[in-house]
Amino acid sequence: MSFPLLTATAALPAVGAIATAAVPAARRSAAKWLALLVSLATLALAVTVLVRFDPDGDRYQLTESRAWIAEFGVRYELGVDGIGVALIGLTALLIPFIILAGWHDADPLETKSSRWRPTQGFFALILAVEAMVIISFEATDVFLFYIFFEAMLIPMYFLIGGFGDRAHAGSDENASAQRSYAAVKFLLYNLVGGLIMLAAVIGLYVVAGNFSLQEIAEARANGTLDMATSTERWLFLGFFFAFAVKAPLWPLHTWLPNAMGESTAPVAVLITAVVDKVGTFAMLRFCLGLFPEASKWATPVILVLALISIIYGALLAVGQRDIKRLVAYASISHFGFIVLGIFAMTSQGQSGATLYMVNHGLSTAALMLVAGFLISRRGSRLIADYGGVQKVAPVLAGTFLIGGLATLSLPGLAPFVSEFLVLVGAFARYPVVGIIATLGIVLAALYTLVLYQRTMTGPVKPEVSAMPDLRVRELVVVAPLIALLIGLGVYPKPLTELVNPAVEHTMSDVQQKDPEPEVEAAK
Amino acid sequence: MSASAVHSLWTTAADPIDKIGAPKIEYGQLSPTLIVIGAAVVGVLVEAFVPRKFRYYVQLFLSVVALAAAFAAVVGLAARGFGTTKAQIAAMGAIAVDGPALFLQGTILLAGLVAIFTFAERRLDPLAHGNRVDSFVAQAGAVPGSEGEQAATKAGFTTTEVFPLALFAIGGMLVFPAANDLLTLFIALEVFSLPLYLLCALARRKRLMSQEAAVKYFLLGAFASAFTLFGIALLYGYAGSVSYATIADVVEGNVSTVDPALAETMGNDALLLIGVAMVVMGLLFKVGAVPFHMWTPDVYQGAPTPVTGFMAAATKVAAFGALLRLLYVVLPGLRWDWRPVMWGIAIITMLGGAIVAITQTDIKRLLAYSSIAHAGFILAGVIATTPDGVSSVLFYLAAYSFVTIGAFAVVTLVRDAGGEATHLSKWAGLGRRSPLVAAVFAVFLLAFAGIPLTSGFTGKFAVFKAAAEGGAGALVVVGVLSSAIAAFFYIRVIVLMFFSEPKADGPTVAVPSPLTMTAIGVGVAVTLVLGVAPQYFLDLAGQAGVFVR
Repeated sequence: MSFPLLTATAALPAVGAIATAAVPAARRSAAKWLALLVSLATLALAVTVLVRFDPDGDRYQLTESRAWIAEFGVRYELGVDGIGVALIGLTALLIPFIILAGWHDADPLETKSSRWRPTQGFFALILAVEAMVIISFEATDVFLFYIFFEAMLIPMYFLIGGFGDRAHAGSDENASAQRSYAAVKFLLYNLVGGLIMLAAVIGLYVVAGNFSLQEIAEARANGTLDMATSTERWLFLGFFFAFAVKAPLWPLHTWLPNAMGESTAPVAVLITAVVDKVGTFAMLRFCLGLFPEASKWATPVILVLALISIIYGALLAVGQRDIKRLVAYASISHFGFIVLGIFAMTSQGQSGATLYMVNHGLSTAALMLVAGFLISRRGSRLIADYGGVQKVAPVLAGTFLIGGLATLSLPGLAPFVSEFLVLVGAFARYPVVGIIATLGIVLAALYTLVLYQRTMTGPVKPEVSAMPDLRVRELVVVAPLIALLIGLGVYPKPLTELVNPAVEHTMSDVQQKDPEPEVEAAK
Repeated sequence: MSASAVHSLWTTAADPIDKIGAPKIEYGQLSPTLIVIGAAVVGVLVEAFVPRKFRYYVQLFLSVVALAAAFAAVVGLAARGFGTTKAQIAAMGAIAVDGPALFLQGTILLAGLVAIFTFAERRLDPLAHGNRVDSFVAQAGAVPGSEGEQAATKAGFTTTEVFPLALFAIGGMLVFPAANDLLTLFIALEVFSLPLYLLCALARRKRLMSQEAAVKYFLLGAFASAFTLFGIALLYGYAGSVSYATIADVVEGNVSTVDPALAETMGNDALLLIGVAMVVMGLLFKVGAVPFHMWTPDVYQGAPTPVTGFMAAATKVAAFGALLRLLYVVLPGLRWDWRPVMWGIAIITMLGGAIVAITQTDIKRLLAYSSIAHAGFILAGVIATTPDGVSSVLFYLAAYSFVTIGAFAVVTLVRDAGGEATHLSKWAGLGRRSPLVAAVFAVFLLAFAGIPLTSGFTGKFAVFKAAAEGGAGALVVVGVLSSAIAAFFYIRVIVLMFFSEPKADGPTVAVPSPLTMTAIGVGVAVTLVLGVAPQYFLDLAGQAGVFVR
């Protein structure tokens, strides 16, 4: 057997997490550097995966298969398709930036106890999340996926609840209560989703007898596995519920603004740009792959939910007074677009949705991290506390603007490509849905530009007047993200070529073809 | 029974007197039980003859060696194939030596061994008059708060009789899941219950609460025993025998001879149904299933914490073993009657345990209600009535025991001036003050909650899978929902430990001796190994899933 590259990509951050946690309490900066190095090495492995992956080859590549729990019909099966590769790349790319951006977020305020090691814990937890997210993108065994899908809640929970935003730091009892509320809400929502999925996973085992994506797909194709329509629908709902909580889709979204608002900016990026992608990714891979008929059956309802997410998220973003909650609601709107693209059941829609996952990760990371730098300078999350920042800190304001423009999908920046593809894909099959979704773009322009205008332009507020501009560390975080946003906006071809064959496979799973252009023209 | 029946019994019994020979006892196959009971008897002699100074060490050594030897005997029997191909009935039909029996005996012995370590812990309490003390009262007979008690404490008395008591209890527990006739079942029940009642009353601190717990446990337990015994009598009337195999034959209708003395009652379904209901009720009481769970929270809270851990783990294993054997060996022919009832009990047990646990403010009571909810999950596996059901229950019990003993061992460490600080508010900020202890407890809580990569998840998956395959899909849905409810209160404790500010007058974490550390370490190791690489143990449970009849 060749070198288990996929296992290594997931195992490296896991080992790194343990090593980071074991660094002695006094050697805080050693822990930080160790975590950063591990995340960079993981990025190198992810790039190797990208290089070794042949977009036009087999559907699942770099596969590994080992016996694991025979009693449950579970195998340790890994494999990636183009979508998985793209998202592993995104994850491995963002983690070093998240670590760098959060460099000082977990420094203890005062040394309370020699055994209390928040810094080590913070970076170890980030690496643990990375490991679990990566293996969920690689798993082709439903059970294996489920294990890490659920398990990643625990380190996320500690990241949210244990390391609050410094805008609230200090002895503020209220802040600590809000933070722990946000963490518990996050955990309970996702745990309930996961447990309902557990019932469906068991149901799938009873029906299919094993958990391998490929074996189940083969058995369905050659007719040895015949799922009753109602069974398939129930199982689909069980899976979809969990992913819709994670994604999050309206009306299961309410944990996200709390979680993103109360956590530090890097952790907020980790939630929305990395962890939540597992939800939308799993919709593509598991909902459509395992239950194609039920997916088509549920499409109308899901499209409506996606539309509500788009519009509702954007409207609430317009009304926010808190910068981080604004980004959170904007993300809900964007996740609506991703789900819309997936369930439009057209190849443009699904390619667009996949690109959207990557681009949303990049653009949100840029916007949120810069917002985090801004907030850490002023010590407040309220939009009203800022004004005229661009005169004092032009680089910060400039990067914030680019992040914002990416969020509103300005042509020339990467998110435009994906949003356009999603809308085209939706329009081809459901014109009305496409038209309503387009409203989301208008609202996005509103909330982003108003945010920029209120914080960055206008007279300089006295509290802001001494604000320093971006430091070197912060520039190192932001500059590559912006370069990528521009690069993939101008030349998205590598990404689309990576993703398209995988999307074709998914389309054939659900036995859908794109609507004929002529028919659309005749309409 | 009428007078004439007694008379006819008496006359027929007199006739074949020469046929009664010495009973044939397979000492080798019964060796695990015999070793433990023998060591318990020696332990009583040690109490009588060994000087007080050395008793603790002698008793600890004796108990550990006996349990280890008994475990080795179990392993030896299993290796010789008694769990699978050579499974048989021993001791004149009284004891079964088969897969489930050996698996559960092994689990009970290991759990008992780990629990003995926590019994023997003497570093947690501050020195009393210069003597090291454990969790047990200096002199059980002394009235709480009396001068006699003070004198006993001052003299450095210790209750080393807890070791033989625990060994007797373990001996009874070893027989309980292996019992192959109803009388052996009942005797085993009493043999392991009576020492437990005593152990509950022996707490060094909060003695009144401890004695209250013991009285409640004893009264309710005696009541349940009475039910069981009455049910046994009715079943004897129904089948003319207390042997499992014979009763099963009568239930299935393939019985050739009718005992003339019982001709009037044999095969009477009313006797069967009432008798089964009563025997099962007694077992469900020991398991702690709703609505027979009332004793659990009070007893768990009042008993000395090491005893609580031992009881919560080992009693549950033994009682579920006996319940499985009764339902799978004696009553498979009746499963259409008992399954709906057990469905109902499993559902109210899962939901009841999980919902009531939310309102608890004491960590021991919380764990008590959590154990009730877990009993419900295990019942879901029992209901499956498939070989997979049996092996999933066996696995769950093994996984659950070590988590439970570990969790209660952690509870013994968190102390303030009044002994263990069990009120939840005192646990606030524990993660800040002692990250390691809090992290270990968090692992146990996550395992209770069934989070993947812990043994709790594997066990839960196994029983739910078995239940779903056995056609109890609705039960799985209820189980999943109550897991979600249960997760809430486990998480609440984690929030409290890690995200709340420590209080100024909060408890301290005592540094234990290697004994408790071993108990906790074994708990963590088993929890993680059964979560990440459960294959070997699932195999073991799978092979052990067939009862001998």
